[in-house]
Amino acid sequence: MKAHLTRRYLFSASHRLHSEEMSAEENQSTYGKCNNPFGHGHNYILGVTVSGPVDERTGMVCNLVDLDGFIGREVLARYDHENLNTLKEFAQTVPTTENLCTTIYEIVKRGFRHAHLERVRLEETMMNSFEYAGETETIQIT
Amino acid sequence: MVYLTRKAEFSASHYYHNPDFTPEENRRVFGKCNNPNGHGHNYTLEVTVKGEVDPRSGFVVDLKQLKEIMHREVLDAMDHRFLNKEVPDFLHRIPTTENIAIAAWQRLATKLDKAQLHRVRVYETPDLFVDFYGEA
Repeated sequence: MKAHLTRRYLFSASHRLHSEEMSAEENQSTYGKCNNPFGHGHNYILGVTVSGPVDERTGMVCNLVDLDGFIGREVLARYDHENLNTLKEFAQTVPTTENLCTTIYEIVKRGFRHAHLERVRLEETMMNSFEYAGETETIQIT
Repeated sequence: MVYLTRKAEFSASHYYHNPDFTPEENRRVFGKCNNPNGHGHNYTLEVTVKGEVDPRSGFVVDLKQLKEIMHREVLDAMDHRFLNKEVPDFLHRIPTTENIAIAAWQRLATKLDKAQLHRVRVYETPDLFVDFYGEA
């Protein structure tokens, strides 16, 4: 029988929202406080949902050791306690939580082989969160 | 169609063990969860039902009734129990969060009359939950 499993992870990072394609005024009016040149940080909450048949021998969709190991190595080690603007994936792309959410989705989709990736959810604060489930669905902001 | 979710909490102990595995295999696959003396969690059960809103009552389902069914079918059986030893659903199934969600679904699905069961979500901790939609 098919089940969905969601695991939650925490990491902290800083960023600055600034687009080279906009004027200083436009950046300020678009990004407001988030355009502060020195950056600011968040405690992000990452939710990774995978699905698959429950293995009759283990009772599991996938072993959490494998999921935790992958997310630890490929996502948390990369983003926790980093300045997102200094990373190569955000050299040309503004590190909004939308873009971070889709980037993490692509990392997991490409590399995690133990279950099917359904969705990545990223909470920037308690008041806003973003979800990405691949190209066929649009980002939901709640 | 309107979806309604009711939440309940229960506490139980369990351990993960497959009698077909060698002791080494059990330890390797299940890690700390293989301790035969068991360990426990505060589980949260979320039951989502769907249906049309009854024009006379304004309800999808009578919440009091849903609460009673959840307690009778799931909590009375699992709350403050050692799942492996005291709940028949887990005599031949490892009581992982996946299988607890499936067992709760199987216990509830036939007991609801007006509304239809949409999803069972079981939180083992705030950082881990499983959704079951009754899919084969």
